[in-house]
Amino acid sequence: MKNDYSILIGGAAGQGSRKAALIIAKLLSSFGYQIFIYDEYQSLIRGGHSFSHIRATKGKALSHREKIDFLLALDKETIDRHAQHLDKEGIIIYNSDKASLQRKQSVAIAIDSIASEYKADKIMANTALVAGFGKTVGIDWPSLKKLFKQEFKRFQDLNLKIARASFEATEQLITIKKLNQKAKPLLTGNQAIALGAVKAGLNLYIAYPMTPATGILHCLAAKRKDLQVAVSQLENEIAVINAAIGSAYAGARTMVGSSGGGFALMTEALSLAAQSEIPIVIVESQRMSPGSGVPTYNGQGDLLFSLAAGHGDIIRFVVAPGDAEEAFYWSGKLLNLSWQYQTPSILLVDKEVSESTFSFDESLLAQVRYEKAILRQDKKKEYLRYRDTTTGISPLAFPGEKNIQVKANSYEHDQAGLTVEEGEKVAVMQAKRLRKFQAMEKAVSQMDAVNVFGDKQSDKALIAWGSTKGPAKEAAEQLGLRMVQPVVLEPFPAKAMARALAGVKKIALAETNGLAQLGEVLARFGITVDKKILKYDARPFLPEEIKRELNRF
Amino acid sequence: MAQKKIQLDTSAKKTWCPGCSNFGILATLKKVINNLHQRGTAMEDIVLVSGIGCSSKIIDYLGLNSFSSLHGRPLVSGEGIKLGNKKLTVIVLAGDGGMYNEGIAHLVHAAKRNVDITLLVHNNRNFALTTSQFTATSPQGFKGGSSPEGSVEEPLNPLALMLSAQASFIGRGYSFRLEGLEQLINKAVRHQGFSFIDILQPCITFFDTTDSYNKRVYAMEEKDLTDEKKALAKIKEWDYQDEKANIPLGIFYKQERPVYENMLLKDLSFSRGDKKINFKKILKEI
Ligand SMILES: Cc1ncc(C[n+]2csc(CCOP(=O)(O)OP(=O)(O)O)c2C)c(N)n1
Repeated sequence: MKNDYSILIGGAAGQGSRKAALIIAKLLSSFGYQIFIYDEYQSLIRGGHSFSHIRATKGKALSHREKIDFLLALDKETIDRHAQHLDKEGIIIYNSDKASLQRKQSVAIAIDSIASEYKADKIMANTALVAGFGKTVGIDWPSLKKLFKQEFKRFQDLNLKIARASFEATEQLITIKKLNQKAKPLLTGNQAIALGAVKAGLNLYIAYPMTPATGILHCLAAKRKDLQVAVSQLENEIAVINAAIGSAYAGARTMVGSSGGGFALMTEALSLAAQSEIPIVIVESQRMSPGSGVPTYNGQGDLLFSLAAGHGDIIRFVVAPGDAEEAFYWSGKLLNLSWQYQTPSILLVDKEVSESTFSFDESLLAQVRYEKAILRQDKKKEYLRYRDTTTGISPLAFPGEKNIQVKANSYEHDQAGLTVEEGEKVAVMQAKRLRKFQAMEKAVSQMDAVNVFGDKQSDKALIAWGSTKGPAKEAAEQLGLRMVQPVVLEPFPAKAMARALAGVKKIALAETNGLAQLGEVLARFGITVDKKILKYDARPFLPEEIKRELNRF
Repeated sequence: MAQKKIQLDTSAKKTWCPGCSNFGILATLKKVINNLHQRGTAMEDIVLVSGIGCSSKIIDYLGLNSFSSLHGRPLVSGEGIKLGNKKLTVIVLAGDGGMYNEGIAHLVHAAKRNVDITLLVHNNRNFALTTSQFTATSPQGFKGGSSPEGSVEEPLNPLALMLSAQASFIGRGYSFRLEGLEQLINKAVRHQGFSFIDILQPCITFFDTTDSYNKRVYAMEEKDLTDEKKALAKIKEWDYQDEKANIPLGIFYKQERPVYENMLLKDLSFSRGDKKINFKKILKEI
């Protein structure tokens, strides 16, 4: 029995392809399938071409694939662009008001006519296409009706009428079977990041809009009361990060988010946070760069930048989750770590993680919780914000606490936080921070900082990070290779990497950038890569592409 | 009940030039803090924020919570502090270079937002700590390291800018008229909303405007403070260029407006620890 479906739905921006995809995904999710949706759209508001590519599988899939089983076309361009990728048995379900096809396996539905028959807005034609798809693959009307009722609170009757008309006008061709699995909630990576941070006690999110990080801002703003999170949009990214550092100084757990360009503006303050030892989480959701790049498309070009950003002798936590579940876990974990080590941290994701939709395992919720920072305990002892401790971690206190002064300083400072320039005093404080960096390294050595998938005995390994995890894992599993994913990238988990690669004779590396940036990092730690698979067309890897590259590996 | 006078000195060595007009501002600030204390503000609830520059050193000399931010950024750091804990009384101290050059975007937006912060700009009309270059309020013709033949740019009137950005409290003080300055800052701190004070602060080493200011400053009467037109007329009496015009000191404009953080934080309470949230329900909803 087939249990891996690939469905592409496309149209012009404004035709509602994304919403249609989400409804279909929910339908298949309710049938027990695990979902992944890749969304591709252009940097425009109306027109152009955008599409969503759904993968519905029995096991977990974390990427879309080349071959399409169902092509759902709201317009002709969708057929022109994507029909070449249809599987031999693939079916096209299309808007016969905008195109006509002679092909055997095709279902014509006059979706525009149906919408206009009911005097509905043009965008509601997408409802007709979804209903037509449902009928084609043998979904019963009650299931469809239930879902439409859930999905459309506005114009519900109208949508139901349109759906019904399309359902009636379409013939069933095949049957997608229900799986005996529980439906999981669907979540974008950005939503997962938002929830993970809230689970770890996030009080405030500050941002300036920038794709592909904007989803975090929207998600938290929409749910601010339910999640008890304040959301503030400020005048630019420099304001965002500096305000965030201010609020963290005042005691509020704060996170900010942007993409490469906005993150670049934050770097002076990143250094300030390291120097003044103020905890802050920065979400850096990469898009194809340099410059303004390809704003709504994917790339992994900011790894070296994230590791090096900020002037001075500093390190920070950099973590690159590869899917929504990892994004949830690490977003929360990183907020806790930032507070425990009083340091800036970077959650390095990309468009593919941020904006794709994933099935989410609810049992993960229990794995993230608020973890305490080291706070001032002895209320009788004189408080020194930068007390010179053996671990390098000075207990935190916040303005408002009686009988003490909390003096934070961007200048080099003494233990009390007063500015110093004397060599001896400067060295003491730098040494304190260096000890803290060692403590951060030790903390990483005690985490699951590196994931291993595929055949763990294979002497050939494929290394990938961030969103390339999904296609790389799938390719490695099919080829019987070991797949290694470093999740924490600074402090670099050198020992864990060595363990993950024990017995490996040949190493391939896949990343979506041109300079093999992870390769550079690996080289620093003596890991030599034999084959680099690089992609820089602003699209994520497909498992098939990686497999082809590894055919003779 | 009168409280004991609070001792605010620290062990930090003062590194301003001997006779620097910042000493006067420091002494005034101590009085303002004591005043606040008399009126019931707890010392631990006061936070001073500064940028980078001669003026910004002031926070090292005051034994209070403080945050030394980046050049140009202290105002937005202060806004963050108010978002993090709106009970705190935040006073931001910055130079004209930091506020009117490097960080001017924050100035406009903080005024527009009406965050409840008091901003004191020590306006010595040059970048002093970097050994004197022209700033946004230096007069045209200002001779400094980067403009040996005189700067070609005309100055900005920061008060006019603040009025158009809807700052809800706009004042000007002078570091050699300390009684008036103290009254002015007291009122600014008590004002609910964004309070802006441009403090004329002659740089006795690089740009000594003391004699000129002494001849021209006068204290305004406090009336019609909500009248924008009258405020503008007063603001325009001196354009930061003319060396003959009189220079009004005091409050130019004052207006009650809703405060940003009160609106933004509505219905929210910040807690430390696990939140009591039904995440499963949220997962269903999104
Ligand atoms: C981002 C950045 N740019 C430049 C500087 C160098 N810098 C330090 S102080 C200063 C000028 C300060 O002038 P102002 O704010 O007017 O204060 P003053 O020293 O006159 O009191 C500059 C440009 C810096 N510290 N940071």
